[in-house]
Amino acid sequence: MAIANYDEKIPNNVDLGEDRRLKRALESWQPNFINWWKQMGPTLPTEDVYLRTAVNVGRDGWAQFGHVAMEEYRWGIFLAERDRDRKIAFGAHKGEEAWQQVPGEYRSDLQRLIVIQGDTEPASVEQQRNLGLTAPSLYDLRNLFQVNVEEGRHLWAMVYLLHAYFGREGREEADELLLRNSGSSDSPRILGAFNEETPDWLSFFMFTYFTDRDGKYQLGTLKESAFDPLSRTCEFMLKEESHHMFVGTTGIDRVVRRSCEVMAEHDTFDIAQYGAIPLAIIQKYLNFHYSVSLDLFGSEISTNAANYFTTGLKGRWAEEAQGDDHLLGSSVVEIEHLTEGGQITSREVSALTALNHTLRNEYIADCQNGVTRWNRVLEEFGVDFRLSLPATSFNRKVGIFSAIETTPNGQIISAEAFEAAKENYLPSDGDKAFVRSLMRPVYETGKIASWIAPPIKGINSQPFDYEYVHLA
Amino acid sequence: METPSVTSKRVDFQVDPNSYRHLRLKIDGEVATIEIDIDEDGGIKEGYELKMNSYDLGVDIELYDITQRLRFSYPQVKVVVVTSAKEKIFCAGANIKMLAQSSHQWKVNFCKFTNETRLGIEDATTNSSQVYIAALNGVAAGGGYELALACDKILLVDDRSSAVSLPEIPLLGVLPGTGGLTRVVDKRFVRRDLADYFATKPEGVGGKKALTMKLIDELIPKATFGDDVAKYASQLASSIEKIAPSKGVEFSPLKKVIDQDLISYDYVKIVINRALRYAEITINLPDGITAPTSIEVAKGQGENFYLLALVRQLDDAILELRTNEAEIGTWVIRGKGNKDEIINFDNLILDNRSDWFANEVLHYLKRTIKRFDVTSRSLITLIEKDNLLSGSLFEIALSSDRIYHLIDTEDETSTPSFALSKMNLGPLPMGNGLTRLESRFFGDVTSLEKVQEAISKVIDGDLALSLGLVTFAPDDIDYEDEVRLCLEERAAFNPDALTGMEANNRFVGPETMETKIFARLSAWQNWIFYRPNASGEEGALRRYGSGIRGNFNKERI
Ligand SMILES: [Fe+2]
Ligand SMILES: [Fe+2]
Repeated sequence: MAIANYDEKIPNNVDLGEDRRLKRALESWQPNFINWWKQMGPTLPTEDVYLRTAVNVGRDGWAQFGHVAMEEYRWGIFLAERDRDRKIAFGAHKGEEAWQQVPGEYRSDLQRLIVIQGDTEPASVEQQRNLGLTAPSLYDLRNLFQVNVEEGRHLWAMVYLLHAYFGREGREEADELLLRNSGSSDSPRILGAFNEETPDWLSFFMFTYFTDRDGKYQLGTLKESAFDPLSRTCEFMLKEESHHMFVGTTGIDRVVRRSCEVMAEHDTFDIAQYGAIPLAIIQKYLNFHYSVSLDLFGSEISTNAANYFTTGLKGRWAEEAQGDDHLLGSSVVEIEHLTEGGQITSREVSALTALNHTLRNEYIADCQNGVTRWNRVLEEFGVDFRLSLPATSFNRKVGIFSAIETTPNGQIISAEAFEAAKENYLPSDGDKAFVRSLMRPVYETGKIASWIAPPIKGINSQPFDYEYVHLA
Repeated sequence: METPSVTSKRVDFQVDPNSYRHLRLKIDGEVATIEIDIDEDGGIKEGYELKMNSYDLGVDIELYDITQRLRFSYPQVKVVVVTSAKEKIFCAGANIKMLAQSSHQWKVNFCKFTNETRLGIEDATTNSSQVYIAALNGVAAGGGYELALACDKILLVDDRSSAVSLPEIPLLGVLPGTGGLTRVVDKRFVRRDLADYFATKPEGVGGKKALTMKLIDELIPKATFGDDVAKYASQLASSIEKIAPSKGVEFSPLKKVIDQDLISYDYVKIVINRALRYAEITINLPDGITAPTSIEVAKGQGENFYLLALVRQLDDAILELRTNEAEIGTWVIRGKGNKDEIINFDNLILDNRSDWFANEVLHYLKRTIKRFDVTSRSLITLIEKDNLLSGSLFEIALSSDRIYHLIDTEDETSTPSFALSKMNLGPLPMGNGLTRLESRFFGDVTSLEKVQEAISKVIDGDLALSLGLVTFAPDDIDYEDEVRLCLEERAAFNPDALTGMEANNRFVGPETMETKIFARLSAWQNWIFYRPNASGEEGALRRYGSGIRGNFNKERI
């Protein structure tokens, strides 16, 4: 497939048309990408969708809105503007010029980091591919597709780095990104959490709230990278990521609001019969998505993370705002510890090896904000129930807590007791079936499903009843 | 242990007979004699005296020079007698004080060069009908006996006191560093338990016992030693058939310019990148130089015959970088010039193998490329525009740890290529007895046969890659970056681990006496040398001569 005018087809700020290497990237990779999108992207056929397209990196007007056919979406390649004086902010290379090229010494580590990040982007598109068939409104359908095309663009961003800086191996890895598929038994996505289908819209909102937020923190640490093109790429991706989290925050907010309305109307917690989602089920979904997202931070103690920091590949969240020496040679932090007797205590470890733990704690604090917001809705309706984040130790498969089972309150229980009480903590088959039963598509403009409230405002100052999507 | 002074001054491997301080070469028709008469004050470094005919690198440089001149300048010589000009002492081996004050790197590099020279002596015996005999007029200890072991015959004076010995273990807590243990059992076929006894007995073995243990070949009465050795040598010479003129090719000093990070010869140029610790070695065939029409014309050119001149320069360049640039861990090798001409040179040599000169050039080329095989540097060959490395010179590429072959997509008519020649199929074997192609495709006969069928074809990057002759064939867009990343990555690894890995991958398949000598130098000897039991404060090597015994960590490892 020949691409006539690169700059026109693919908005970018990397001199695409001039760069032979990228030209080849486009020629060899783009058709495969389009193919992948057709096979693994959204299943619902559409004519066009009201989408935001990144066209620039400037502070204002970085995006354009308009109805576009999704295959013709202009997946662009953008890096935040280059700061020519940028210095490395941490680690052994602190104070040196940021790298514009991959140092051979760190090639494989950097490549690995980019591949892992890149692998999550198309994975979520695959996980969410069937959701369009049950969208609660055209507004929500549009948001889903917006998230999907932007995850596609994030994949492009990572592929750009692989092609532009990692030579032949990078290209091979870029091909692999399209060959692995979420949930595939032969070639699954790299991270476990990205191999579960997103079966319903409540899960989708939870995913965009909790799992995209993990993405935000991973991108935030890569934004600190000494490898400048990676840093600039991630900085720009973070812009788009905030919309994905907005979809999650407001989505759950609207579900909670609708549940409150129905509870008020019928004066009961038992609102399933009225086509709304009981708060207990919302809490169980929250428990599940939160705990699997915590696993994405990896083990609390990690020499890999320490090495990445020391070598400058990956910083901390808001590295430059940290008031220390940015070397962490001798700093210590407290982390949870499991005694031989199975008690949770704490112990001091080197801050350098505990970077995953520290980042995870930033994430936990951030997650709490949404919970507080949703509880305000409950408060507003005078409902005597509060949503909460389960204990860090709950339902963990990675890290020190993977060895034990606890209740959502953090009380240690036996594996048998956990198994017996599981239905109270995590969505049961019945809960899932119930939620799925609510998932009926509503494609009429201005209409919305029974289990969710309409948004307060539409997209880009459009009203809620705007024709966000034209179905095929 | 580490004394920077030992490596602070550049070592020059260029010497000529008029400036020898330690050795004398005498030519008498078909018999040559090398007299060891080491100048105590002539150490190549400060801080030790070369007592008892003990040697250091400076002595060995002279010895190497002699072995080379004997082959090229005195081709009529059939027997080389190695003896000593000092009373009651043949040679006491490598100087212990020198070893004790040297850095580990220096010692290993020194032993490696010494090994190569010893193997060169055996090569002369086998391939040039220049048979070396050691005439031990006195004690031959350690490296002194190892030198004798490299000779085809060992004659020992029977004076009731002279003995041969390998006292490294009992006296110094280390192993003989230049193949002594290996040659005792693998070359002289000394029974293993007797070898054990011999190598742990500090005073060694002399007289009849040495003879029955096969440590020597002849025992010669003291009174008639000189005459008997001469008779032995001339008898041996008359039994050797060899067609060679009485005058060969003279070697004059190489034209070599060293200017900071640049070392250049007529056909070899080296540029050192200190930041990334690599040296770029470019081999050139200037336009206008073509293969002579006959071997007689080549001989007429003498030392200026391109292939010979190139090999001499390459030989010196290898030794230069190994010895004086220890931290330059990667050598990046390129060739520039008309590769077809190299095939013509190859054919000239191979078509005239019975000619003494062609034979010597061939074996010198073989020995020099072997130096690459045992060089503890990462070797990366680049096949680029106007690539010269073909045929015999492609053996350098095959000795490398990786080969990058550029594919030029802009100008396909001039995309870099190379060709193989018969030189790649046998005349230039490695120390393991295999050709480099056999080593490369060890256990993969199909690939080897495919490559053999490609002899004399023009091989571009795609073909090279599919034949497995190169590691990677990036196109012009990727090429520079791939090479850069490789070099940067290489510079970041533990150099010791690289040395081990590279040696492992270079020497596949069978072991020979030669590969054992190098492998054991780099594995056993290095380890033993470096352990505190030898070189720690209380180690035996460190304490040698102090009157205090070494104090050992008793654990067996
Ligand atoms: Fe993303
Ligand atoms: Fe996202």
